[in-house]
This record gives sequence, C-alpha cells and structure tokens, in this order.
Amino acid sequence: MGSWLKRWWLVLTRPSVHFSLAFLTLGGFIAGVIFWGAFNTALEATNTETFCISCHEMQANVYQEIRPTIHFTNRSGVRATCPDCHVPHEWTDKIARKMQASKEVWGAIFGTIDTREKFLEHRLVMAQREWARFTANDSLECRNCHALEYMDFTRQSARAAEQHERFLETGEKTCIDCHKGIAHELPDMSRQASLD
Amino acid sequence: MRSLLVFLIMAAASGAVVAQEQIDALRGPTPLTDEGEPPRLAKVENRDLRRARNYPEQPPTIPHAIDGYQLDRNYNQCLSCHSRTAIEQSQAPMVSITHFMDREGQILAVVSPRRYFCNQCHVVQHDVQPLVGNDFVDVDSLLIEETGQSSE
Repeated sequence: MGSWLKRWWLVLTRPSVHFSLAFLTLGGFIAGVIFWGAFNTALEATNTETFCISCHEMQANVYQEIRPTIHFTNRSGVRATCPDCHVPHEWTDKIARKMQASKEVWGAIFGTIDTREKFLEHRLVMAQREWARFTANDSLECRNCHALEYMDFTRQSARAAEQHERFLETGEKTCIDCHKGIAHELPDMSRQASLD
Repeated sequence: MRSLLVFLIMAAASGAVVAQEQIDALRGPTPLTDEGEPPRLAKVENRDLRRARNYPEQPPTIPHAIDGYQLDRNYNQCLSCHSRTAIEQSQAPMVSITHFMDREGQILAVVSPRRYFCNQCHVVQHDVQPLVGNDFVDVDSLLIEETGQSSE
C-alpha cells in the first residue's frame, strides 16, 4: 500500500517526459470543459419534471394532484414544474439539495413509498420536511416568481390584499405559513401537532 | 313495420312543431332531437360582501371563491379561517355554535362530524340569471302585505 502510494506520488510530482506543456495545459482545459459540461448537463437532466415523474411514486401521487391546481393549469398557460418549487435555483443551494436528494434515490431503490398506502403513511413526514425547508428559506421558491415588490394588492381580492398587507408585508409570516397544500393534497393535519 | 314507420314520422313532425316554442326553461328553444348549447361557465362571485338571507335559518352563502379548497377527511380548508382559533388572524366569521352540537344538542369541543362538510349547505354564488322562475316571498314582504308593518 505504502509503496504504491509512493510510486504514484513520484509520477505526479515529476515533470512530464512524453507530453508537451501545451498539450497538458490545453488538454487539461478541454477535458475540464467537457467534464463540467457533462456534469451540468446531467445535473439539469435530473432537474426536470420528466425526470421526477419517471418514478411512479411521483407520477401516480403528487403529479396527479398538481394537475388540477392553478400551478399546472390556468388561464395564461404559465406553469410551475416540480423543480421550480422543490429545488433551489441558486447553484450552491441546488447542489446541497441534490445531495440531500440522494436519500430519495435510496427510497426509490428500496421502495420506501412504492405503494399508495406507504406513500400516505409517509406523506405527513415528507410534507413537514418541505414546509420546514420553505420556512427556513423564507419561501424562496415561491418568491422566485411571486415577489412582494411586484404584487398589486388592488388586483387581489379584498380579503387577500388585507391578509398580505397584515402578514406578508410586515414579515410576520411567510408564504408557506398560509399556503400549504396549494399544489398537493394535505395529509391528515390533525396528526401534525403530535409530530411537531 | 309500416305502422312503426308512420309513428316515427308523426313523432318527428310533432317534434318539429313543439320545437318552435319553449319546451323547458333549462332546455330553451332547442328541439328535443338536438343537443342544446351549454351556457358558458359563469364566474364565482368573489366580492367578500355578505348577502342577505331569505329566511333566518338559511345557511349563509359563501361570498368568495373556494376553487381548489381541500375539504376531506384529512383537512378542512374552510376551518383554516373560520375555526374558533383562526378568526383572530383571519377576521372571518366563526363557524356558528350550532355546528358544535351533536344531534342531542350536546356541545362538542370541535365542529361536529355531521357539520364538517361545509359545502353540503354553504355554497358559492355565480353571477348568472336564475334558469327557472321562483315566486318565493320572504317573510317581511308577507308581513308588510298583511299588516303594513315589517318584522324589524
């Protein structure tokens, strides 16, 4: 083990005999570009709705639930896809979330929620995880589209305008505090207190 | 066979005559042999202004849109504003005390299961003309007609 490490250390620390400096730097640069491009392409490929609903856990449960909601079908045809709300858009936060999501790959492989019954059983815990994330980042993924600065309260219903003025503008509450369950069905909320 | 044919022709002819007039208020002048054009979907009223009740026991109508509200075994979204504890923040009217009673008149801690599904009685209103005529007269109008005095 020790001699093997030493041999590689010598190879890496000695100047190259066969390859020119230009080949090594340019080659390294090009290889880097290719690696980075491939990494990002793969990352973005996993950041699409098609990828999310390629697992039946997502396709049969949460995807079916979002379809009649305003975030899927509406008068202007603008819609939010899974990663718009569930994956941060900033690179660092996105990578952090992607690392957490490796647990979801585990879940998919070992069938943690592979039946409707298992899904319903886990739903509250999973929902609370998302609510905690939204509370912690001040509903960042909502605000990526719904920014308070551009909200015209006069175009809202009187009730909505008043609530937004009292709670959102003052920062007393964040979007998710009132808007739970807008895109997916809520689990048995009477059990929520016992899990908090 | 021939009599059946004659019958069918007669039926069709009489249908054509009837088609000229109103068959039914819901159906309009569309002949029975045709499929009527459905009216456009009307908008739900969303003015947040309470409406008068036609009689004291009438369940108040909902003065706002309730599109996509979850109302099932797991969650009652109406109560997220109208429950006893939520009204402080929402400033919405609280569910009436009668909704906390079981059918023996016993007051429960929460809304009674038989009153849980709000839209069994409370409904939104659409901005449309009534399709069928209605000659309901409310008690005030009756009193004024009989005695010249209103109830209030």
